[in-house]
Amino acid sequence: MLDFPRWKVVSIWAFLAVLVALAIPSVVPGLNARLPVKIPTINLGLDLAGGSYLLLEADTNDVAATRVEAMREQVQTEMRRQNPRIEIGDISSRGGQLSFLLRDPSQVDAARERLLAITGGGAGMTGQREWDIQVVDTSRFVLTPTQAGLAQAVDRAMQDATEVVRRRIDELGTREPTIIRQGSNRIVVQVPGLGNPQALKDLLGKTAKLEFKLVDQNADPAQLAKGQAPAGSQVLPYPGSQFGFIAVKRSAIITGDMLSDARQEFEPQTNAPQVSITFDAQGGRRFARVTQENVNKPFAIILDNSVISAPNINEPILGGRAAINGGFTTESANALAIALRSGKLPVALKVVEESTVGPDLGKDSIRAGIIASAVAVALVVAFMLVTYGRFGAYANLAVVINVFVILGVLALIGGTLTLPGIAGFVLTIGTAVDANVLINERIREEFHRGRSVVQSIELGYKEASRTIFEANVTHAISGIIMFLLGSGPVKGFAVVLLIGIATSVFTAVTFTRMLVAGWVRRTKPKTINI
Amino acid sequence: MKLLKLVPDNTNIDFVRLRGIAFGLTLLLSVIAVGLTVYKGLNFGVDFEGGLMIEERFAAQPPIDQVRTVIEQQNVGDANIQPIGDGTTLSIRLPVQSGGDEGATNAAVKKVEAALAAKFPGATFLRYSTVSGKVSGELVRNGAIAIVLAILGIGLFAIFRFEWQFGVSTIVAIVHDLLMTLGFFALTQFEFDLNIVAAVLTIIGYSINDKIVIDDRIRENMRRYRKMEMREIINLSVNETLPRTVMTSVTILLALGALLFLGGHVLRGFTAAMILGIFVGTYSSIYVSSSLLISLGLRAEPEGGAARPGRGGIENAERVGPRN
Repeated sequence: MLDFPRWKVVSIWAFLAVLVALAIPSVVPGLNARLPVKIPTINLGLDLAGGSYLLLEADTNDVAATRVEAMREQVQTEMRRQNPRIEIGDISSRGGQLSFLLRDPSQVDAARERLLAITGGGAGMTGQREWDIQVVDTSRFVLTPTQAGLAQAVDRAMQDATEVVRRRIDELGTREPTIIRQGSNRIVVQVPGLGNPQALKDLLGKTAKLEFKLVDQNADPAQLAKGQAPAGSQVLPYPGSQFGFIAVKRSAIITGDMLSDARQEFEPQTNAPQVSITFDAQGGRRFARVTQENVNKPFAIILDNSVISAPNINEPILGGRAAINGGFTTESANALAIALRSGKLPVALKVVEESTVGPDLGKDSIRAGIIASAVAVALVVAFMLVTYGRFGAYANLAVVINVFVILGVLALIGGTLTLPGIAGFVLTIGTAVDANVLINERIREEFHRGRSVVQSIELGYKEASRTIFEANVTHAISGIIMFLLGSGPVKGFAVVLLIGIATSVFTAVTFTRMLVAGWVRRTKPKTINI
Repeated sequence: MKLLKLVPDNTNIDFVRLRGIAFGLTLLLSVIAVGLTVYKGLNFGVDFEGGLMIEERFAAQPPIDQVRTVIEQQNVGDANIQPIGDGTTLSIRLPVQSGGDEGATNAAVKKVEAALAAKFPGATFLRYSTVSGKVSGELVRNGAIAIVLAILGIGLFAIFRFEWQFGVSTIVAIVHDLLMTLGFFALTQFEFDLNIVAAVLTIIGYSINDKIVIDDRIRENMRRYRKMEMREIINLSVNETLPRTVMTSVTILLALGALLFLGGHVLRGFTAAMILGIFVGTYSSIYVSSSLLISLGLRAEPEGGAARPGRGGIENAERVGPRN
């Protein structure tokens, strides 16, 4: 047990030296910038660095509804395109289902064939049907989304949404945001060092679904007031207009995905903030054609199903550019430009949990954490020294090295230090010496029973090691559970605790045994003061 | 150099003799703790109850009544206001905003901040958090699952490594620790939030640690002194490990004390829970888990194994008599 060959001594020191060295860039500010190689440093959690944590949740019903709407449009276009044309009517998308009637029941087979093709040929890539197609009363089709299909749609929507969220946050120019999908319909966003997350929330709260649609001028205002629109049109809210709502054609001239750019600008005459948009090639052609055909008619600019403005088409717009006006401030125009540039969110996101820590509190917490840790180390070190003398000194060296080793490992795995993490750190300082207490008490006990110095030390380490192992395994069990089930700060605590358990076994047992062995070999003590 | 010894050598305290009284006391305290938790309830933090919490720092100590009036004029529901530390920082709790969507919550935070900043120049927010009712329900569930899983996992480990009696007594002791912690939070009405769940899990980890050390010694002494009465073995084991129990508790308390006084207000509840846990866990190691082993009928000699030779050489090679 006390036999440490030279290679072992060298490798233990080397191993610890490497881990301690890894901690140094995290401890000495500004050092990393001057180093030729970048050493990973510890990230500070939001509660220390200041910043915002947002948990966004998508409404899955929203995805389902959008999907049925999309299917409705697709079915209408496809059936019109058939030769001979398949006439359909009484189309409805209520109750999460799409149902419609064939004017000519003899076309059931042709219609079904078409439907199978557009719903993924009966079996998608996963082999699961995304839609159930039923025929009731000989000529009515009912399309019901399957659970699997819906789950897939939600998954796709969330993937896209995560991407869009990332692009929008990147546009804000914040440093090192973390954007992670969580569960089936949530996204975690962590943005450090943000003084005021309002702009961020405003930005993420917008789906930014932009549409240009022609205004339906034939609509009867009395009908509109009841929320009824002529066939092929829909009623949309139009804040700030005469009635507060307006009827527009269902089919869109331009949608947000036909944009190639969006910028905040100022209107040359009035100097009011506006958003100028540039269409891509397809969008430019379409816009040019529609504006040529509809001179002197109004069209509506619709954002997130609410009309911003309904300007008149004075002349064909051929340049592939347009501007959106409508009572913007510079900030809101800029936010809209960013949202449009980054694409629309496939599903609306809601903030279900938020935690924002101002930079002042973070600084206070770091300072308090450092002071508390330093005092804790000092107290524990002093206590161990007066209780165990030389053996306490060895344990203390182990504790101090362990502090840096934990930091080094944390930096190495790219871990995040949170405020509870600091608590875990201080606690680890307290528990790390527990191993040495166990060992030293055991050595003392064996020595008092009349064993020789070497025998006592050997037995002390051997017997205590078993206990230490068992005690640490159980401790680790609760740490692992905390890590798996905990969120945010609690996870940070668990990480530090787990690293501490692993490293403290090494420093408190192996490392101190080597120190004690070295001392025994050098001085051949006849007695021990412990 | 004369070294400090908190516990004198060769203590021989008859812990087991007080077992009956201790069981009665433990039972009584547990019943009180459960009663307090049920009737008084826990003061759930914003993460468990939903709603919003704003921590605002003022230039000077503000009169709380005025702050309350300012907030109540904003029509955001009943405010629960508590001073933190020197009183220049206030914690303001508001219920989940009606409408339940982020718009309402955002607006409430904005309104309160603007109103406070207007009325009290120099007031800035330190942090705020908002949690919807749905998420808070999940957090409560996850917290409860974590605690139950930790207890079961550790109990299973103890059964696997030791006899079943150790597993059962350990689980009972941990449940006791948990009840005491809950009772403490119900009594003091300290805020019970996610961090406290982490503290509870750590208390469980620490308490288990303590029990394993004693259990390990009991097992060792059972092998070493095959003819000894169980209550004597337990007394001996608890006495033998007493210096370690005290030493470790003191070092951890030193570290936690530093954290309590110097670690800042955010961690105070967490640290308080941990300190309580150290005391409760140490008590339950001696008076719940170890004493329970006797009631559970743990025998020094395994069935049919009376004549079985010892495993290791050293333990049996030289028998050192019990130190009484």
